Amino acid sequence: MTRRRVRAAARRAALYAAGLAFAVFAGFPFYWMLVTAFKQNRDLYVGATDLSHVPWIFNDPPTLDHMRLLLGQTDFPRWVANTLLVVAAVVLITVVVAVPAGYSLARLAGRWGTRLGIGIFFTYFIPPTLLFVPFSRLVSLLGLQNSLGSLVLIYPTMTIPFCTWLVMGFVRSVPWEIEEQAMIDGYSRLGVIVRVAPRLIIPGILTVVVFTFTLVMQEFVYSLTFISSVDKMTVSLGVPVALVRGDVYHWGALMGAALMTSIPIAIVYNQFVDRFIQGFTMGAVKG
Amino acid sequence: MMRRRTLGDREDVLGALMLGPSLAYVLLLVGVPFVLAIVLSFSNATAGSLSFGWAGFRNYAAILTDPIFRVALRNTVIVTAASQALVLVLATAAAQVFRATFRGKRLARFILLLPWAVPVSLAAIAWTWIFDSTFSVINWTLRAAGLLHGWLYWLGDPTLALLAIIIVQAWRIFPFATVIVLAGLSSIPPELLEAAIVDGAGFWRRLFQVELPLLAPVVSVAVLFGVAYTATDLGVVYILTGGGPANATHVLPTLAFQRGILGADLGQGAAIAVFLLPFLIAAAIAILRLARSAEVGAR
Repeated sequence: MTRRRVRAAARRAALYAAGLAFAVFAGFPFYWMLVTAFKQNRDLYVGATDLSHVPWIFNDPPTLDHMRLLLGQTDFPRWVANTLLVVAAVVLITVVVAVPAGYSLARLAGRWGTRLGIGIFFTYFIPPTLLFVPFSRLVSLLGLQNSLGSLVLIYPTMTIPFCTWLVMGFVRSVPWEIEEQAMIDGYSRLGVIVRVAPRLIIPGILTVVVFTFTLVMQEFVYSLTFISSVDKMTVSLGVPVALVRGDVYHWGALMGAALMTSIPIAIVYNQFVDRFIQGFTMGAVKG
Repeated sequence: MMRRRTLGDREDVLGALMLGPSLAYVLLLVGVPFVLAIVLSFSNATAGSLSFGWAGFRNYAAILTDPIFRVALRNTVIVTAASQALVLVLATAAAQVFRATFRGKRLARFILLLPWAVPVSLAAIAWTWIFDSTFSVINWTLRAAGLLHGWLYWLGDPTLALLAIIIVQAWRIFPFATVIVLAGLSSIPPELLEAAIVDGAGFWRRLFQVELPLLAPVVSVAVLFGVAYTATDLGVVYILTGGGPANATHVLPTLAFQRGILGADLGQGAAIAVFLLPFLIAAAIAILRLARSAEVGAR
């Protein structure tokens, strides 16, 4: 019996060790952001050849200098404002366009619904790196180059296909009986869509909002292509591209910005990841 | 008493009205640009002027004889294949760990998902700092552990830079793959595993002879997504190396960006990007097939 217990304990220890190893591999760059963002410069810029100076810990007391620089003397606050503006506009467009479309595919389009849905969904796979060349032409034709308007126009091309698909799947999972009952009670079909259905699919709409928010926050290719002035940039473009002054990398401020942006996105994303995965894999994988 | 049917009861009209905007957006702003991307690759269009001339296969002939393009194509294949091989191993192993219940699992899962959730450009800039030529914490740790006596110029040496790119791509994709494999694991009927245990199969035997074969479809979905995401990614290489040193680490997206956008040669940029299509078509077909078979299997 004791031998079995020892083996169980060993297995338990191995499990913790493996779990820890994966968390360390995944999380280490974020720990590194944290340490870098709050270290004093004389603690930060010690060459890695000096083995007596351990870079993993604070050898001097932490400092808020980099954060002050980031928030007071860089365009970071401006980028945050730009990003939130684009997020708001793209969320609005995506919800207004994709939610009715998803509902229509699930409830009104008949047997063509699924096929059309798959067709729309597959356009999500056409990557920005294939489309940025024609889009750069379109954006300059419309006179939108170097403006946030270009991002508001183009980002929905990434959110609408996936969100239409997501809403379609969600509406299908809602029992039809409630809407049917409302129609028996005298609502017209349109009345059901306007007054009854929205309440039933609120979680689906919320998923669309979160997906759009995280995607806009993450996007890099189109903003790099269309935006050239520093004051028009979004966070995910400005931080890696414009926080570098000349040849000088302010690593403390850079890592502070990366950390401050990453953590809120990760927290929100974490709540919805299973639903996204189910959507991405077309239901081949149930979360 | 029946209410009189009005236009608000016509399902076909309502359906078309509600679907219309989404369909129009997708057709006009994804479908048309997609066709345009291919048309542009046969043209001599430049960013400066709106003139548009037919160039035949000249762009393709130019890039196919261009050594930088060949290196970029080779790098795209190497980075994609190597990083996804890593993802396959990491995700299968991580899923074995995270299917168990243990203290602190929620926090561990949150940390595990960080690389996938955060903006790729911000993760890439953090890795640029980690691989810094003077301050690299990796070099310090390797030297402190006595494993390294010389010095690794991670982003300055073509081979090491490619290795760095592979590490970052694998790091970025494996959490996503892990969640997919985990979902697949939870859909294996427990009776099957119990039967295997009763038959005396140990952990490794269960893993290789029962679970992995059953997981194969789900794992391939994860890998195919990884292929599509990695092959078409611009951010990691653009920020980590910018295609350098001396154009040795370009991949197709960074080279298309450099020629098509920075160099204003839209035709050539489009032609380079067209070479991403095979990666995407293969992934799309395979995923569609898997989804079909899953649907059939569920019935």
